[in-house]
Amino acid sequence: MSGDHSDATIARRVRRLETLLEDKGVLSGARLDEIIDATLTGATPANGARVVARAWVDEEFRSRLLADGTAAVRELGFMEGSYQRLRVVENTATTHNVIVCTLCSCYPLRLLGPSPSWYKSEAYRSRVVREPRAVLAEFGLELPAGTDITVWDSSAETRYMVLPRRPEGTRELGEEQLAALVTRNALIGTAPV
Amino acid sequence: MPADRFPPGTRVRTFPHDPPHHTRLPRYARGKRGVVIEPEGPAELADVSAQGRGDAPVEQVYAVRFAARDLWGEGDHHVVLDLWESYLEEDHGHER
Repeated sequence: MSGDHSDATIARRVRRLETLLEDKGVLSGARLDEIIDATLTGATPANGARVVARAWVDEEFRSRLLADGTAAVRELGFMEGSYQRLRVVENTATTHNVIVCTLCSCYPLRLLGPSPSWYKSEAYRSRVVREPRAVLAEFGLELPAGTDITVWDSSAETRYMVLPRRPEGTRELGEEQLAALVTRNALIGTAPV
Repeated sequence: MPADRFPPGTRVRTFPHDPPHHTRLPRYARGKRGVVIEPEGPAELADVSAQGRGDAPVEQVYAVRFAARDLWGEGDHHVVLDLWESYLEEDHGHER
């Protein structure tokens, strides 16, 4: 599997499908644009960061988020109408989580925005399941030897997001300030906050 | 949906097959032993729907946890994969 989503064959197939949908009156071009816009507009890592900040300040939300990610993020207005499930995995003092899609590039787009190119690279996809500690070190994340690492390979309909650890010395910060600390890579698990 | 065939904690083994069509059972996890964490919810079997067929069965998908040592022969981490029920069989083997 090449994992390349931009080749000409698939682009032609998508255009043909759009034409068919319009010709058969299933969906107008304008309606299709609306749907695509609604999915992509505001699909940024700021969404995931907001979810994380809420979990850091609201213990009950954190519990709901870890028990049923999809339902919890819908409370904040995310992932409405999505058929996908979201599982949020929590980093602790002794455990670390990192996400990948070894088959292609599955990614929680609505919460994290478009994925970075390295996430789709052969090197990341093939190596992180095999030697995550070495890969994370290359990202500048050196984990203590005793840390249990779990790699979540998104190969079906569930999408994963990491709930990073709240950094020390942030007790005074409000939810918005906390959200500003959370990076995309922290939500993938390749960086701390 | 009938009751889940593999409750949380069930030791499972993935099938070792190498099908000629699309599958969501990655090569590195074929014929490997793991433990079911929990069901993820039912989904159409991608192996069939990816062939453009409309008769894909809906199966339970399970989050299955594998020890790196069982996948690669080394390493101390774990890998979790979401796998369709028909990729799995209960692992009754005791040699570990």
